[in-house]
Amino acid sequence: MKLMWFHLMPYTELPEDFNRKHPSVWVDIHSSLFDPRRAHHMYNDFMDELEYAAELGYDAICVNEHHSNGYGLMPSPNLIASSLARRTTDTALCVMGNSLALYNPPTRVAEEFAMIDCISGGRLIAGFPVGSPMDTCYAYGQNPSLLRERYLEAHDLVKRAWTEKDTFAFNGRYNQQRYVNIWPRPIQDDPHPPIWIPGGGSVETWRWCAEMDYVYCYLSYYGYKAGLSTMQGFWNEMEKLGKDRNPYRAGFLQFVGVAESRQQALDLYTEPAEYFYGRCLHVDARFATPPGYTTEATQRAGIQSMVSKAANTASYSSKLSMKATNMKDIVDGGYVIIGSPDEVVEQIRHIATSLNVGHLMLLLQYGNMSKDTTKYNSRLFAEKVMPKVKDLFGEWEDKWWPKPMAKGQRAAVPAFRPQTVAAE
Amino acid sequence: MSAHATTTIDVNGHSCRVWTKGTGPRLGFLAGLGGLPRWLPFLDRLAETRTVVAPSLPGYPGATGHAELDTHLDWVLAVRQIVDKAGLAGADLVGASVGGAFAAEMAAIFPGHVGKLVLIAPFGLFDDKEPAADPWAQRKDVLPGLMCAEPANWNELVAAPEGANPVEWPIEMTRASEAAARAFWPLGNTRLEKRLGLITAPTLILWGDRDRVLPPSYAGKFAQGINKGINGVTRVETVPNAGHLAYLDQPEAVAKAVLAHFA
Repeated sequence: MKLMWFHLMPYTELPEDFNRKHPSVWVDIHSSLFDPRRAHHMYNDFMDELEYAAELGYDAICVNEHHSNGYGLMPSPNLIASSLARRTTDTALCVMGNSLALYNPPTRVAEEFAMIDCISGGRLIAGFPVGSPMDTCYAYGQNPSLLRERYLEAHDLVKRAWTEKDTFAFNGRYNQQRYVNIWPRPIQDDPHPPIWIPGGGSVETWRWCAEMDYVYCYLSYYGYKAGLSTMQGFWNEMEKLGKDRNPYRAGFLQFVGVAESRQQALDLYTEPAEYFYGRCLHVDARFATPPGYTTEATQRAGIQSMVSKAANTASYSSKLSMKATNMKDIVDGGYVIIGSPDEVVEQIRHIATSLNVGHLMLLLQYGNMSKDTTKYNSRLFAEKVMPKVKDLFGEWEDKWWPKPMAKGQRAAVPAFRPQTVAAE
Repeated sequence: MSAHATTTIDVNGHSCRVWTKGTGPRLGFLAGLGGLPRWLPFLDRLAETRTVVAPSLPGYPGATGHAELDTHLDWVLAVRQIVDKAGLAGADLVGASVGGAFAAEMAAIFPGHVGKLVLIAPFGLFDDKEPAADPWAQRKDVLPGLMCAEPANWNELVAAPEGANPVEWPIEMTRASEAAARAFWPLGNTRLEKRLGLITAPTLILWGDRDRVLPPSYAGKFAQGINKGINGVTRVETVPNAGHLAYLDQPEAVAKAVLAHFA
């Protein structure tokens, strides 16, 4: 199986009384809480952590896009990915991803992803989320009634821009471009970089991923127990569509805290976990359900069947209503799995097999976790857990993984050497 | 009192419901946010002396087809078809809230199609200094108090009537909100200001003094915009104890003002 190291880049210094004094961590979070000089250190720590994860041998490092968000400091994950492309050599770069409807024209995504693919020697995984209501409809002002149509059209445009050899005119409902001809073009051109789709639990998304042969990723913050019904729904749908159960069709996000013992894990990870589930997920419910964001088919599925949790989890309001914020409930609910290396091995094997997920995205930094603790968590996982779970799904081929240039053909990137004289 | 009649018209291949009641000269009503999930006392009052015709706009209760409409021009032309097919060409027209913005467009762009005009707290403008509230970013418990001075009036409008399909009813209510968002997201500003001066119909602007969606001061901006043209007779009347959907809070007072203006 693939073990991927994911960073959300949370602002780590939200005040203790944040939830009492502020309505939301997202959309209208107050600028006075942001100290750019502190953010300088946060960004550099976070990028050190991502580079460290690459050194430790994780299969991929992952970044994502959020706007006006106190737990996600990457409005442009592409900026981070381009830097990582220069400071890592073999690790896949998973940009999870670019919310296509937010780019005008969407060929911008085709270009920037092609740049990252070229710089990295073909290591890009191209994630195409619709994007959350907070990011797209509120922070970016997109019309919720048009968002999905625009997203789907932008997808068609980006894919065509990557694959068509000649300059073409794109005559879309929302985008019209006379001359589409992107330079640069991706290294992964057979036929294009792997496309992964982070989505909620809607049947429409599952069908689309199956039809397009894309990886479906369920990126919930609430762990494997809450994710089980969604992933079961996904696999049931794959079966109906006549697709095999190749676990690499799927990705799943899981928070992890590993230490020498369960008690030590509790000591180390309680504060960052409670910071994340308390302060970082303090989102005003008024930003959860812009009308039209959730399709009528998904609304119908949610209302019709109380047992259809798959559809329920597709709505952000239900996501936000799952609100354990103390460590006991966080751990009992499976949001964060903790323990000694062997205890974590057992849980990871259980998650991978019960959800049938070949791409496990790990959050080993969360909330206000320090760089030292993050490195400790990541190293212990890499040394003591990874070797005991890597064998899973060996019988399946991962057809959705980047195909970089051969190592000997790739550029040698010189080590970074700080100048002795500071620039004026 | 007799019941209203229900007919349908076709707009872009989609069905739109038309409610009709009363006798006398025809009068059109384009409803506000939420549309017309039920018949209203306000419409009964108008129907005492006029033939009230209340067509549903695409996506609002009784009508589909909003997903076909991508641009403001698409919307305006759909409303124009509705006005014509509902037999309202040349009739007096009342538009409220989101329906008010379209009533103003009709009067501005197709002056021959509108007799006299009443606008009840219409959408279409946005003032940076006095920003309108965001009707699409509200908690469920806050929304009724935003729509009406008396929150129960909004709750009554959207409550599922006996026998309603429990699955489809809430979806219909959300669809109405989506239809409004589709045309007016994110600020409610359709640059209507550029066209107000084209309105020649004698116009009355009504505004609830407790409108928490669109500040009552917007009434003056509409009057000023309309009076910039050849129409110098636009009046503003404030409706006491009324919120954004003034016709739900004060049906009698609003109907009376409308009928007086059309008399």
